[in-house]
Amino acid sequence: MAPDPLLNRREFMGRAARAGAALLAAGGIAFLTHDPSGPQPASEELAASGLPDFSLPEAGRKMCIARGADRLRTLPLALQALGGIETFIRKGDRVLIKVNAAFASPPLLSATTHPELVSELTRLCLKAGAAAVHVADNPINDPASCFALTGIGQAARSAGAEVVLPEERFFHPLTLPDAHLIKNWPVLLDPLVRATKLIGLAPLKDHHRSGASMVMKNWYGLLGGRRNIFHQDIQTIIAELARMVKPTLVVLDGTTTMVSNGPTGGSLADLKDTRTLILGTDQVAVDAYGATLLGKTAADLPFIAKAEALGAGSADYRALSPIEVSA
Amino acid sequence: MRIVTARRASQVFFVVAFLWFCTAATLGERPWQLRGWPVNWLLELDPLVGIATLLSTRTLYAGLFWGLATVALTLLLGRVFCGWICPFGAMHQFIGWLGRRSRKLPAQLEMNRFRPAQAVKYYVLIFFLAACVLLPREWMSSGSLQIGLLDPLPLAHRSVNLILLPLADRAGLGLAPLPRFYEGAGLIGGVFLCALFLNLWIPRFYCRFICPLGALLGVLSRWALWRVARTEEGCTDCRRCERSCEGACAPTAKIRISECVMCLNCLDECRHDAITYRTQPSAAGEALLPDLSRRGFVVSAVSGLLAAPVLRLDGTSGPNWYAGLIRPPGALAEEDFLARCIKCGQCMRVCPTNVIHPAGLEGGIEGVWTPKLNFRVGTSGCQHTCIACGHLCPTAAIRPVSLDERLGRSGFAGRGPLRIGTAFVDRGRCLPWAMDKPCIVCQENCPVSPKAIFTREVFNPVRTSVALTVKGTDRGRLLLAADALEGGRFGTGDYHALLPGGRRLRIAAHTAAELELERPLAAAEAPPPGSPVSVQVRLQQPYVDPKLCIGCGVCEHECPVLGRRAIRVTAENESRSERHRMVL
Repeated sequence: MAPDPLLNRREFMGRAARAGAALLAAGGIAFLTHDPSGPQPASEELAASGLPDFSLPEAGRKMCIARGADRLRTLPLALQALGGIETFIRKGDRVLIKVNAAFASPPLLSATTHPELVSELTRLCLKAGAAAVHVADNPINDPASCFALTGIGQAARSAGAEVVLPEERFFHPLTLPDAHLIKNWPVLLDPLVRATKLIGLAPLKDHHRSGASMVMKNWYGLLGGRRNIFHQDIQTIIAELARMVKPTLVVLDGTTTMVSNGPTGGSLADLKDTRTLILGTDQVAVDAYGATLLGKTAADLPFIAKAEALGAGSADYRALSPIEVSA
Repeated sequence: MRIVTARRASQVFFVVAFLWFCTAATLGERPWQLRGWPVNWLLELDPLVGIATLLSTRTLYAGLFWGLATVALTLLLGRVFCGWICPFGAMHQFIGWLGRRSRKLPAQLEMNRFRPAQAVKYYVLIFFLAACVLLPREWMSSGSLQIGLLDPLPLAHRSVNLILLPLADRAGLGLAPLPRFYEGAGLIGGVFLCALFLNLWIPRFYCRFICPLGALLGVLSRWALWRVARTEEGCTDCRRCERSCEGACAPTAKIRISECVMCLNCLDECRHDAITYRTQPSAAGEALLPDLSRRGFVVSAVSGLLAAPVLRLDGTSGPNWYAGLIRPPGALAEEDFLARCIKCGQCMRVCPTNVIHPAGLEGGIEGVWTPKLNFRVGTSGCQHTCIACGHLCPTAAIRPVSLDERLGRSGFAGRGPLRIGTAFVDRGRCLPWAMDKPCIVCQENCPVSPKAIFTREVFNPVRTSVALTVKGTDRGRLLLAADALEGGRFGTGDYHALLPGGRRLRIAAHTAAELELERPLAAAEAPPPGSPVSVQVRLQQPYVDPKLCIGCGVCEHECPVLGRRAIRVTAENESRSERHRMVL
């Protein structure tokens, strides 16, 4: 076998230069990416809290109880009694209506906010000069199906509101100062921080675990993540939600109340004609009155006392001297 | 206009239509979502779906008569479907073109020469058609429709529905509000990518060697009135025409009519006008039928006929049925279901909650890629007011049930709602049963009325380190003898103090040694100092009423025990099978 021809100088220099460059590049990458300590445990830092205060101190603590079977009449009547929608909504306001669209069931079953209330409230807000009305919830069932089947989506859009389906990017972790449960928890923040006014619009329902699903329980729909674990301490989470959310106005719809098999219902036999619509600026007081329509008292529902203790409002609705009107 | 330009325009049109139909198979109210778009049209145009289900059920379901149009087209003009219509074929052709365009002529000729292995697809066809023949009941078997594994249109639909669209969604297409998941996507995607990439070595690899629909149309094209032919004069044997021959059918030699996919590239390539499309046979002769060996024919036909009886010896569609296999609402009884399902993935695509998934081996080998429900994935369980899947199913493997039938209303009131399974509480994992934690998320979300999940209340003593003793009372509060309680833990509203005499009062708030109860204790009812007191947690423990449970899986989806749910649905008591009935 013939011996290999000798490497000439040019070839040697060229090869050495390429090998040197490769070594330098490898060394450089290793140096730049070197991580001497390895992965660290996840940061315990708490996310900043950032929920705006939507309440209107100048509107005062008010409440109205409107009787009647026709929501399209009781809602304007009750608003009138509280000084008109203009008391709450000003020109240019961006209004967020938090509905309860938790389940993909038809309005007839009263498991969700009634579409008539959504459209009428939207119409009134826009009439008062609101720049935009958004309707939002993070339902339990499939969101698109929920907004479609409850009639809320159609009602909102036809009245000029925009429906916000809960996309993952709208959620951000939030920490409520001194809270036991709401710590670094994903909350449907985007539509909230874009709004200048917040109205809670909830149906009145039986709820097996907490006793009742009303205005305060409705804020549960702002939570994201695997929020079901909060059922282990349902009374506290409702109270903390009430502390977290400071709404402009809340509406509790007891026109037809789900008195059994709640919160899903599913049958007309679960419903009772109670012909009452409650409006107010104090969510604790509104829920305390709502309890009576379920045949309960505020004392039967621990979250009411807890919310009161956290400063979310007053359980003594009588002290607000509710205005009673009939349609 | 050149004929190949027209062909390309047609291919682009059908690919776009195909992608559009897949996209539009979305439940919703927007114009681009399901609004009577003929989203099954391409599947229905596929005569193999029609013929196979005809063999397995002796009926031709609804829109499947469209297959007749393709049969007529093929009998008249040859495999126009393959070259001009089939969207999967167009994808193969495009990738094959990418792989061959920069090669030299001899290399291209090598890629596109006829290979005897092209006969394989005919054996595939014979095997699958034999497997789906409805045999007499004594043979223990109805047909097993496995054609969907390789039939190009179900394969393409499955791949786009379960792989491409979810990927595109993650890249920002925005079809679904939440990202979609499909079990076993890797295998479906792998088959799809393999089929596409093989074209880089041999163009239209899938069409030439595997495609059972191409084989069927190849056989039908033997009677085609017009065919590609070499003229008597003019051919210089330059073989330019063969370099872009998609079917590898050797147009300059004895043309293999059954392989010609009507791409008509040969007409376009020939500089001597020696290739034409006409009624007289080619001057160089024609081979009308593929070269099949008698042995190969017998083997594929007999093994096909035996496939269903042999596969069913494992009993997965009989006594050995797997309880974790939940079929969509309206699915036929298992054997009838397997005689119809083409694994196209339309039900999985349209399911608004993403609970319908392609099965792995849960239903045996026959059940691969048939629909099954997975309640852990998706936005919720199977919505009991939704009937979308059955209305999209192109072969009625899932019947198009009405909402009344699903809910057991009006005419169906006597039969009750459709059940797809039954929920079972796993008491070793359920928080109120095993961990002394209040929960009942399952009961709350149960959508039927009255609820199929009900609870029984129990009071269990909590684990405290020391026995509690009363020291006295102060303004209606209960004072303990020692600082015994963890601060605040028992003030959630779920804990109660059990006083002597069996009186139980809810704890509203407490400190280490002081309990505030739901109401102030009256002086008369104050327990004497030194008497024992205990803290109890009030638990609502869930039970399932099998008469009411429809198996929708909402409970399983919502259960906070995330890994292996503490309440799970299995197929017991599903309506589609009397043999799976569980309770009287």
